[in-house]
Amino acid sequence: MIEWTGVIVQGVLLGGLYALFAAGLSLIFGVMRLVNIAHGDLIILAAYMGLTTTVMLGVHPFLALLIVMPVMAGLGYVLQRGILNQTLGDDILPPLLVTFGLSVIIQNALLETYTADPRKLDGGGIEVASIDMGGLAIGVLPLMTFLIAVAVIAGLQFIFYRTALGRGFRAVSDNQDIAQLMGLNKAHVFGLAMALALAVVAIAGILLGMRTSFDPAIGGGRLIFGFEAVIIGGLGNLWGTLAGGVILGVAQTIGAKIDPGFQILAGHIAFLIVLAVRPNGLLPRVEH
Amino acid sequence: MPEALLTLSGLDAHYGDFQALYGLDMSIGEGEVIAIIGANGAGKTTLMRSISGLLKNRADGVSYRGQAIGALRADQVAELGIALVPEGRQLFPSLSVEENLMIGGKVGRPGHWSLQTVYELFPILEERRHQASTSLSGGQQQMVAIGRALMANPDLILFDEISLGLAPVIIRQIYEALPGIVGQGMTAMIVEQDIAQALKVSSRVYCLQEGRISLEGATGDVTHDQITAAYFGMDA
Repeated sequence: MIEWTGVIVQGVLLGGLYALFAAGLSLIFGVMRLVNIAHGDLIILAAYMGLTTTVMLGVHPFLALLIVMPVMAGLGYVLQRGILNQTLGDDILPPLLVTFGLSVIIQNALLETYTADPRKLDGGGIEVASIDMGGLAIGVLPLMTFLIAVAVIAGLQFIFYRTALGRGFRAVSDNQDIAQLMGLNKAHVFGLAMALALAVVAIAGILLGMRTSFDPAIGGGRLIFGFEAVIIGGLGNLWGTLAGGVILGVAQTIGAKIDPGFQILAGHIAFLIVLAVRPNGLLPRVEH
Repeated sequence: MPEALLTLSGLDAHYGDFQALYGLDMSIGEGEVIAIIGANGAGKTTLMRSISGLLKNRADGVSYRGQAIGALRADQVAELGIALVPEGRQLFPSLSVEENLMIGGKVGRPGHWSLQTVYELFPILEERRHQASTSLSGGQQQMVAIGRALMANPDLILFDEISLGLAPVIIRQIYEALPGIVGQGMTAMIVEQDIAQALKVSSRVYCLQEGRISLEGATGDVTHDQITAAYFGMDA
């Protein structure tokens, strides 16, 4: 029994990481209806940035966030204003194609720069540390990841519903023309949304890099997990995204418990079941 | 006529290959209230979209305080002090009543209008301030749309189909509030299908027909027959 409880707890904590993968996707889809195929590769890019920062400056990956987060946010703003805004319109194909191209470019640039060798961020022992909770050994890093995910989602929720910036995001999401009449420059608002999304991506990338080894090719898989968490939770609902991540994480750890090769497939099956039973996700978007 | 605040010179407007406005010339003086009348499809809403920057034009097609603004984006036009109350209200559904008003104040121009003064003008909105904007009645939504535009403290306010789809008693309430709005030194352009209402509050009238100005004059000078002819395209 305690063994299965441990499996569920591990799944819940893993769900925190998936929620972090998903939050940025959910945010930019919610604000500008952009599906970013390069999202997973941007997570891996952030992990490599973390690697370079920790190696060059000799700092802990968490401290590297102080550099990686603003750099990724800045990159997001420039990427949005410079390229992605030009692809947005009535046709959904251009943003898909352009972000797919971006994904290929990021993967190849990482391959050229860092080679295909798997790398890992050195968390200074935090990766293997655990705390004992009534007979259950809980990993410190997974626990921290989950708590950070909750804090990030709460922070995004606060920005969305309690600040002028969030009002702007929601207004532009509702009606771009009318928002523009209110003095909101949608190109700038979209740039800010992408900057915020990539700041979250930076956190996800660093936590991923400490948890597991990474190489330039694994972005696609992270994108799928992010997508599944968003869809399970319900598009445009941030707490739903966390719930989606948790469901996906639990399904995967239960699958792995049954058979180690079954882990990823179990997650996909859970996703398909939710999609079949509740196509709009468990917690669909709340209008107000 | 007072000094021109807004001047249109040879303003054309297109939707793809379709031309909706043909060389409009118009001049609106500071503090004036102008009525724009015309049948469906005459180009009234296109005119509003052109002035407010939602439809891009030749830069000098629209001049505001002597500055060519025809090619500016809508957010840049808003910052200059032009606000639009759009046809069909078009409130932001995911924002509450108060948030809709607050986003109207985003341009941050100083002036008479604030949450407090908008609530004084439409007290019902203060009671409903935390409700979803879409849960209000049509009339109350129109009040939010007007309040949202006022929050920008514009010098020129454009009302597009202010009474469309509203109950007569609500239309009367809104028109009763108008003098309090333009009394704050604002210039207004009112697009209306309800000709009698529009003429009551305006000093000059332009009638549009198939994208062209078919009649122009001081409200007191134009006759019923002239309006009928200009509106429907019949000889007077």
